Amino acid sequence: MSETAPQPPRRAVRVVLISAAVAAVAAAFITALLVNIFEKKTEAQNPFFRVVELTDEIDDPAVWGKDFPLQYDQYKKTVDQVRTRYGGSEAVPHTPTQADPRSVVAQSKLEEDPRLVTMWAGYAFSKDFREDRGHAYMLSDQELTQRQVVVKQPGACIHCHASTYLAMKRLGHGDLTKGFDALNHMPYFDARKEVQHPVACIDCHDAKTMALRVTKPAFMEGIAKVKASAGIPNYDVNKMATRQEMRAFVCGQCHVEYYFKGAEKRLTFPWDKGLQAEKILAYYDEIGFKDWVHKETEAPVLKAQHPEFEMWSQGVHARSGVTCADCHMPYIRVGAQKISDHHVRSPLLNVANACQTCHRYPEAEIKERAEQIQNRHYELRNHAMDALMDLIRDVKDAKQKGLSDDQLQKPRDFQRKAQFLLDFAEAENSTGFHAPQEGSRILGLSLDYARQGQQMLATLWREKAGAGPPSAAPRAPSGVEAPRPNPGAVANPSDAMKR
Amino acid sequence: MARGSQGIVTLLGIASGAAFGLLIGVGMFTFRYARGGSYLTNDPKACANCHVMREQFEGWTRSSHHAVAVCNDCHTPHDFFGKWFTKGLNGWNHSFAFTTGNFPEPIRIGPRNRAITEAACRNCHAALTSAIDHAGESGAAQKLACLKCHWNVGHAH
Repeated sequence: MSETAPQPPRRAVRVVLISAAVAAVAAAFITALLVNIFEKKTEAQNPFFRVVELTDEIDDPAVWGKDFPLQYDQYKKTVDQVRTRYGGSEAVPHTPTQADPRSVVAQSKLEEDPRLVTMWAGYAFSKDFREDRGHAYMLSDQELTQRQVVVKQPGACIHCHASTYLAMKRLGHGDLTKGFDALNHMPYFDARKEVQHPVACIDCHDAKTMALRVTKPAFMEGIAKVKASAGIPNYDVNKMATRQEMRAFVCGQCHVEYYFKGAEKRLTFPWDKGLQAEKILAYYDEIGFKDWVHKETEAPVLKAQHPEFEMWSQGVHARSGVTCADCHMPYIRVGAQKISDHHVRSPLLNVANACQTCHRYPEAEIKERAEQIQNRHYELRNHAMDALMDLIRDVKDAKQKGLSDDQLQKPRDFQRKAQFLLDFAEAENSTGFHAPQEGSRILGLSLDYARQGQQMLATLWREKAGAGPPSAAPRAPSGVEAPRPNPGAVANPSDAMKR
Repeated sequence: MARGSQGIVTLLGIASGAAFGLLIGVGMFTFRYARGGSYLTNDPKACANCHVMREQFEGWTRSSHHAVAVCNDCHTPHDFFGKWFTKGLNGWNHSFAFTTGNFPEPIRIGPRNRAITEAACRNCHAALTSAIDHAGESGAAQKLACLKCHWNVGHAH
């Protein structure tokens, strides 16, 4: 090592090396930023690539997914099972059998509330009734429910558990309504052979324009009846509905109350008098329809089925023009694209996107508000359920102790009314949230009908020389607090259920 | 020996100069490509350069205030230093969030920027707001917030 001469260049070399290193890091950073900006700019351009020519004859969502990968990715996520306080679905392990190869199912609602078994005595729902899972499971869960074993189900059921558009077109030789009729007639497992997929893109979207459209004839006919009762004749939903209406109507193709009309089992929405629960009940009364005869009381009763569309239509969100898709399929940002979230699910699992766009409160507060509505609804539902159990017990008792069918006709009618209204609020998949006041009103009516039925029986016993059995005594109107006349007869599951 | 080291120094000088120049060049290109200059203007379009503010920008074009106020009128303080400090701070925060992609949706205004907007309301509507602020002096220790009710005059969401 020399002492003096190489000093200046060596220092210079060190300075240069250090500054080169700093410059290299800075250059790397700036280039990374540049690339990032480039990527963001590319994202912001319209990224739609039509790699497949979609036609009205393709129902496989995987093919549509090639053109719309972002939507398809989200759609596939409906396999997720996540619980909410009152709904969602929980993955419950299931031992696969020959008849039912599922290794995972959803929780049984019959086990959660055994009163449902009494309410549906003599009907297939008393055998197997589970919390519904995501859209991805709609076809397999229906195929494998125990209800299929207990009763021969009609092909009409497949209408809302599968992508039926192509099957209907094929069976009707191009005429959707004819194909719809054909599908209704078939036994379930024959109809099952006509379909391949759970609800798919083609059921709600036009293949050419991607515009929303209604493909299920039952809804076309049903909504035309609703509009006719509001003074709009000859309503054609696919021509006359607004874009925003369509964002609810496509969901209303299935999330509604229905019945199978006549021997040909034609799937029909009972909306002739309107969408409210008691108007639907009045329609059923008028045409003398019953789903089954109650096993314990022989009352001609009805089963309400997931009337989400009807309940929503009575609520404040519907009035404000907020539709199903706004909360269950809110807009999300994927890269620079704004798309509708096709992972259809409870808004309680997605509060930020579903609620905060309009409600500018913290997530926790929004969730608490929604759950408070549900808690109150559930409490009232339990009271109404207890009242119905009391009425069923009393009618059964009166039947055994020899009151005539003539005498029991009115109490049985009260059971029919109370049961349908309760079931309407119970089967509706929002625990009251879709229309809180309407939910309370329906449950209040149900409770009143149940107690009126009991009162009528009590009067009958009094008229029969005052020799009525103690269990037929009417309950105080504020029933909940009053001591039970026959505490041993019916357990009170509602206490256990108040979590 | 002396001549040789002189040559090395010259070479190194040229190399480091070139490297530095390259850095400045790439930096300037990035700045221009990212439309960096637009952020120094008052033009609302600059705020929607990247797509995150697209909804807010479109909302503003339809709002009651679009004829009288641009983004900077409500979202930066009305003094020179405050305006440029806020532009710098928000510019840094927004670029960082957007580049890393680490931000919650839907985007919402933070407390600092809310206070700036609240002050902007009171700056233009001083005659009205001072009357309101002084009306209930006996009980109301805290000011009413304009934005509590008029949250959508600039843009919805």
